Amino acid sequence: EISAPWTFHNLQELRHSASLANKVFLQRDYSDGTTCRFQTKFPSELESRIERPLFEDTVKRLNIYYAEAEKMGGQSYLEGCLACATAYLIFLCMETRYEKVLKKIGRYIQEQNEKIYAPRGLLITDPIERGMRVVSLQLLLLLCVCVCERETDKEKHKDR
Amino acid sequence: MLHLRVAEPMRECEYSQISTRSSTPMETPYKKRTPKRRKWQAFPGRNKFFCNGRIMMARQTGVFYLTLVLILVTSGLFFAFDCPFLSMQITPAIPVIGGVLFVFVLGTLFRTSFSDPGVLPRATPDEAADLERQIDVANGSSSGYRPPPRTREVVINGQTVKLKYCFTCKIFRPPRASHCSLCDNCVERFDHHCPWVGNCVGKRNYRFFYMFILSLSFLTIFIFAFVITHVILRSHRYGFLNTLKDSPASVLEVVVCFFSVWSIVGLSGFHTYLISSNQTTNEDIKGSWSSKRGKGNYNPYSHGNVFTNCCAALCGPLPPSLIDRRGFVQSDTPQPIPPTNGITMYGSTQSQSHMAAATPLLQSEPVILTDEAFLPGRTSLGGPCSGALPLGGHPTPPTSTPNLSCDNDMLPLRNEQSDGLRHHHTDGGHHHFLTPEEAPSPPGMLPCGSPLGHSHTIQGFYNPASQDSLHEDSVRGLVKLSSV
Repeated sequence: EISAPWTFHNLQELRHSASLANKVFLQRDYSDGTTCRFQTKFPSELESRIERPLFEDTVKRLNIYYAEAEKMGGQSYLEGCLACATAYLIFLCMETRYEKVLKKIGRYIQEQNEKIYAPRGLLITDPIERGMRVVSLQLLLLLCVCVCERETDKEKHKDR
Repeated sequence: MLHLRVAEPMRECEYSQISTRSSTPMETPYKKRTPKRRKWQAFPGRNKFFCNGRIMMARQTGVFYLTLVLILVTSGLFFAFDCPFLSMQITPAIPVIGGVLFVFVLGTLFRTSFSDPGVLPRATPDEAADLERQIDVANGSSSGYRPPPRTREVVINGQTVKLKYCFTCKIFRPPRASHCSLCDNCVERFDHHCPWVGNCVGKRNYRFFYMFILSLSFLTIFIFAFVITHVILRSHRYGFLNTLKDSPASVLEVVVCFFSVWSIVGLSGFHTYLISSNQTTNEDIKGSWSSKRGKGNYNPYSHGNVFTNCCAALCGPLPPSLIDRRGFVQSDTPQPIPPTNGITMYGSTQSQSHMAAATPLLQSEPVILTDEAFLPGRTSLGGPCSGALPLGGHPTPPTSTPNLSCDNDMLPLRNEQSDGLRHHHTDGGHHHFLTPEEAPSPPGMLPCGSPLGHSHTIQGFYNPASQDSLHEDSVRGLVKLSSV
């Protein structure tokens, strides 16, 4: 059952070709202070590639995760005090809440890439790899898609 | 040849695990086998790294060693000369408490000095190009004269805050971030550059710095009080002169502690005030949020009450380091452009504004980068940290420099004689520091001239040949997509 236009062996290879392709950057939104948020404005370059609600949903979810990481509440205070009491040695055996959330974000981005973005010829880069400055979306070359379409036609003719 | 397939789940044999983190670069016969370098070895800022990237400090560490020596010597003398008498005459709890304070002071000092203060990594060439395009669109392309300083305005909690563009790092600085010209890095929530700890004080190590000066205040007062007690008690029994003969170290300790107490305790008080109002030293000195500037001027970052501000600063979540010091350099990922010569960079950006190229800055760089020799004695100290830490350069005059940026023409360091541990930012009237608003010259021109300029241009692994091989790889990548 063919439901997606094409697939690929390795996202790694796609990134190689993607580095020459166009990139769209989502900058940080500082209207809430120094907390980590990204602008949810839909870039015009993506209009033909992905539906707006899907995109906005992803970015909003990322913002929620970052807010969760930086949230100052009972748990983070407890962690801070405990760390201070143990002279911060406790971080040798346990990772901070922030790091745990960052890992969760990494998994989320990977899942979004696999399910939604890669089939549409896009790749999201985890902001942590760009120093939390931008969410980078790579627009992959459309060459693959054209070649694929030609192949399906050939196959169709073969079957007949 | 390419097949059409469904994007199946990962169980399919030819579908390898997708990772958005690039692991190893694709090996092709065209690529030269270069030895793997860690990212700290290619770090563009002016920092020193030890223990294979685990420890990160500023370039000039002479004053840090002075701090360390003063603390060790004074405490050592206290434990050796005064504690035996005091523990016998009063209580053995005195050396125990002293010991705990001493360990805490050293621990927080090392944590402040050795950790990443919150350095913002520089923009990759793609990002820089994208920002340049946006700025040119906003300003309207103009040639012939220098465009006005690039700023963006954002409203935070009702206050209008200006975000400045950093020419060195090629980013718009987040609010409260500042560029330290001594370390040549943009640092988040930049407080000041402290020569006494040999590092910048920023978002990630501010709490350790505060703990350090607070515990050092207690330690200094503790030692001072008990040395005086010791001298007095001993004098009652054996006479004053005999006491001085038996325990000469006490005099030295008293002198050091006396001069330290004023400055350290004063500094602790100052930073307690800063924490409770959620300001940085930088902001306080510039008077960014003082009511003198205007009626409606207030601090948008403050949480409202003192308790929340303190909790946020000291017990809030600790963000991880954004610069991956110990990771390996990937030759296929875009590396940030090191600043070479201010004029060249600026010239190239001017011409690029008329070009529609996606990554103009990439093409303009190779001329400068390829032939730079790897200068020895740079920051790449790969030896084990058990070796002697080299004394770096000459000690800077013991002033702290809370607000410096590349835009300054000269570093406004005050050359004062100092005895003991003294910080100068406790004084109120520090207004001779040049602020970044003045003279927006391209800060690629380092104010100190000197050999510091060379250290930026070392990017031996990044050359135009890799650009071509990248192109080859991409073509191969597309071809490889063809399945069995």
